[in-house]
Amino acid sequence: MSFAVELTISILLLLGGLFVLVGSIGLLRLKDIYVRLHAPTKATTLGLGGILAASMVFLFVQRGYLSINELLITLFLVITAPVTAHILAKVAMHLEVAPVPHTKNKHLLATAREQQPPQLDNEQDTEKDA
Amino acid sequence: MLNFSIIMVAIMLCAALALNLWRLLIGPHIVDRILALDTMYINSIALILLYGMYNRTPLYFEAALLIAMLGFVSSVAFGKYLLRGDIIE
Amino acid sequence: MSLLQRIMPMPLHTLLLLIVWLMINSTLSVGHILLGSVLGIAIPLLCAPLRVPQPSIKRPLKLVKYVLIVLKDVVVANIEVAILVVGPMRRIKPGFVAVPLDLTDTLPITVLASTVTMTPGTVSADVSFDRKWLYVHVLNMPENEQDIIDLIKQRYESRVKEIFAC
Repeated sequence: MSFAVELTISILLLLGGLFVLVGSIGLLRLKDIYVRLHAPTKATTLGLGGILAASMVFLFVQRGYLSINELLITLFLVITAPVTAHILAKVAMHLEVAPVPHTKNKHLLATAREQQPPQLDNEQDTEKDA
Repeated sequence: MLNFSIIMVAIMLCAALALNLWRLLIGPHIVDRILALDTMYINSIALILLYGMYNRTPLYFEAALLIAMLGFVSSVAFGKYLLRGDIIE
Repeated sequence: MSLLQRIMPMPLHTLLLLIVWLMINSTLSVGHILLGSVLGIAIPLLCAPLRVPQPSIKRPLKLVKYVLIVLKDVVVANIEVAILVVGPMRRIKPGFVAVPLDLTDTLPITVLASTVTMTPGTVSADVSFDRKWLYVHVLNMPENEQDIIDLIKQRYESRVKEIFAC
């Protein structure tokens, strides 16, 4: 395996690992559940994408044909990660988990929980504030 | 060089898994724990793929695919249970 | 209903199942193509009664362009989120936004909500029952929250609308 190929694979792997690590750091550091949802859904999915791309290049160089299994895993994760995040956000609202105090527009939580449209008078208030 | 970077990334992933485990243990809410578990699933997929690369074999992809599917289904089932008190309506 | 339609109620799904089957086995041998075709015909036949009618994709080219735009945004958004996560916590100002929806069907709304979750610092949290509002949690709220609503509506929703031509 030539040096350039190894370098490409290593860079992809390191980028992927870095993003996965950042996602986990975010999961630990961020302050409330709604904010915590951001880190694993985005960073971890992209990180895994990087590792899968590295593995694809690796197998392509090693065996000479393009293995598409990795693409399948990536596709599956890209489709499912938002669904998990959506369901977990719904659960958090359903169980009335309190957001951090300086969250903006907290009044929207009440209507979002009941799946009702937002109340218009509140909305106008916030528009004035903004 | 490749083996070295694979081991480096494996160490990073293990650190990530340890952080997830810490979040799983401290909670504070059940939703946090589910989220931590879901992230652990994804991180272990990455670890399995790395192991496959380290051993120069494509044999582990089925395992990774299975973990991806089971992780998604179990997270959604947890969420559904907390949302409705029932999994299949 | 013609005979072909009765055998293949969902032609796109049949093709998709065949492709996924070949991808899982990573082969192009005749036996696997035959087996994949049988599965691709049998599974939609069993699933057809469960299906909820959805608008079909009218413009595949726009879909490809949309996917490319979203992929670029995912990378950019990830770098932004990574910097926010590693930096000091007090710089993060989270907030909720209700985005008014022009889309009416469930599939386009699902596509939009998934895109919103994958891209710039936003997670879709809920949809109102009348499907007119999408509640979005924003990781780092700009001063003017209308900015983020406009971004979602112009960058993503208008494109989804064009793809499904509704």
